[in-house]
Amino acid sequence: MYRYVANRVLLAVPTLIGAAALVFVLMRLIPGDICLVRLGSGGGNVDPRTIAACHAELGLDRPVILQFVDFVWNFSRLDFGISMWSGKPVAEEIAARLPISLEIAVMATVFAILIAIPLGTISALKQNSWIDHVVRTVAIAGIATPSFWLGILSILAVLEISNAVFGAPWMPPIDYVPFWEDPLRNLSMAILPALTVGYRYAAVSMRMTRSAMLEVLREDYIRTARAKGLLERLVINRHALKNALLPVVTLIGIEFAFLIGGLVVTEQVFNLNGVGRLFVLAVQNQDYTLTQALVMLTVAIFVFANLAVDLLYAWLDPRIRFG
Amino acid sequence: MVDLDLAPYVATAAEATERSRSWRAGIIRFCRRQPLGTVGLVLVLVMAVAGLLAEWIAPYSPTSNDFAAMTEPPSWAHLMGTDQFGRDLFSRIVFGARTALFVGFSCALLGGITGLVLGVASAYFGGRLDLLLQRVFDVVMAFPLIILALAVIAILGGGVHNVIVAITIPLIPRCARVVRSSALAIREMPYIDAARACGFGHTRIILRHMVPNVMAPFLIMLTAFVGQAILAEASLSYLGLGVQEPTPAWGLMLQGGAEEFASTAPWIAVFPGLAIALSVFGFSLFGDALRDAMDPKLRER
Repeated sequence: MYRYVANRVLLAVPTLIGAAALVFVLMRLIPGDICLVRLGSGGGNVDPRTIAACHAELGLDRPVILQFVDFVWNFSRLDFGISMWSGKPVAEEIAARLPISLEIAVMATVFAILIAIPLGTISALKQNSWIDHVVRTVAIAGIATPSFWLGILSILAVLEISNAVFGAPWMPPIDYVPFWEDPLRNLSMAILPALTVGYRYAAVSMRMTRSAMLEVLREDYIRTARAKGLLERLVINRHALKNALLPVVTLIGIEFAFLIGGLVVTEQVFNLNGVGRLFVLAVQNQDYTLTQALVMLTVAIFVFANLAVDLLYAWLDPRIRFG
Repeated sequence: MVDLDLAPYVATAAEATERSRSWRAGIIRFCRRQPLGTVGLVLVLVMAVAGLLAEWIAPYSPTSNDFAAMTEPPSWAHLMGTDQFGRDLFSRIVFGARTALFVGFSCALLGGITGLVLGVASAYFGGRLDLLLQRVFDVVMAFPLIILALAVIAILGGGVHNVIVAITIPLIPRCARVVRSSALAIREMPYIDAARACGFGHTRIILRHMVPNVMAPFLIMLTAFVGQAILAEASLSYLGLGVQEPTPAWGLMLQGGAEEFASTAPWIAVFPGLAIALSVFGFSLFGDALRDAMDPKLRER
């Protein structure tokens, strides 16, 4: 087990370094001199000495390989540099916006799991019944519906309903209040975005649960369990579901990345000041230091989510632990 | 006098009619066995017709403003109403289908074919090349599609062509992965050994013997890619970082006006989103049905 864990953790490191290399190369593909962009792209003449000073400040006059080592070293210390656009440390900018995004991500995940696993299981147990058809249609619709459109529609629905019920339009609050300060306000802000991004997540997991369950139900050990007269409930819960959940767990880990991508768009819809919105702003303002930090952060979250899934997998499946 | 031996050509012609008949039979069989897939196929066809014949279908120009008719509700004159600039929404959606299809197919084909070549080559040559490519794919796959696309856009800027590049890059490793795993199985087939024993070159073996045999998973993936690319393009355009005005694009139509006029003119928000959802829905239904129809294990049931 320890060997396996150590192995997995060590495997994550090259991926992170590779991702850092890719980001490093991408950021150096920016057409033109980054210092010229920074010092005024008006086309006017900039003093060569100013440019040289800027190069020295950013370390661009050093050998590329040393620049890369610095890049990785700074990231590993969570030192992301100074935002080119706001002038504040990038780490500070991100830290201020992380709680809200994290809260929505966690809520969406919990929502997705709570919906996907029971519905996917029922759908598989009653294959080709009307419940199955409804669940499958809802699932495919969830994959096809863009989360930002769903967000706009849910805002529209809330507006219409509140108008009809209270006689005055109501909009969810947009400024972040920590849960322990004002739980109601916090939840009323986070719930719609969480449902919006969670729908796709739930839809994908639902399909996976269904197909994994259908496969497992054909296994010999299920027939054996039924043949020995085990209660159907136990057959499903103890024998079928436990095995069917393995691929679902993997999928939930992989889809966590999509969730982050979904947040980028959803935060824009709900006007929430989270990390996703920060990312869009960074791209719009061509703030390369902020962009590279956020891309690396996303990749790190993705890699660690997958690591967590691998470890969970080992815990769920003894074949991996001892294999 | 040259001796003309027409027999092989006659045979080919007969085969061609035979093939076209079996094609038609195949389509009919597909429709009967895959009702949901047929729905998908119909949606895809409707979208294709709208995109190809936009000039003839759309009653108005997608970019002309009619300030006398701003935020008009749907009526016979404007089937889906007009937006805040007095542009006919139906015409913009019809022309938007062209943008979506152009971006969708360009990304799917560019990403798919690059992935196909890399995946098959990786499986065929094996060894260090395979190992290296696998690690590179791992790294690129660690970036969520939208995040990587946004990072590329941060460098290249917006616009249709940059959006295509930005969406294509993340699709390449996703395709290469799947192709590689089927190609690995094919590499062990006796006919590959036979081809090698005949002294054929690597290029010939890859193109003539391996690529045709991974076509089934490849085509299924391509359909899925078109849907994914359409969705990604809409998201980028919605964020203002994709296709730029005045090009009609569905994601762009939802930007700005849609939320602002949500309560007074909901049609601005509803129709473009519906178009995105239905087209992606169509491609994924069709892709799923294609997979089921091509998978002999599922066919028996």
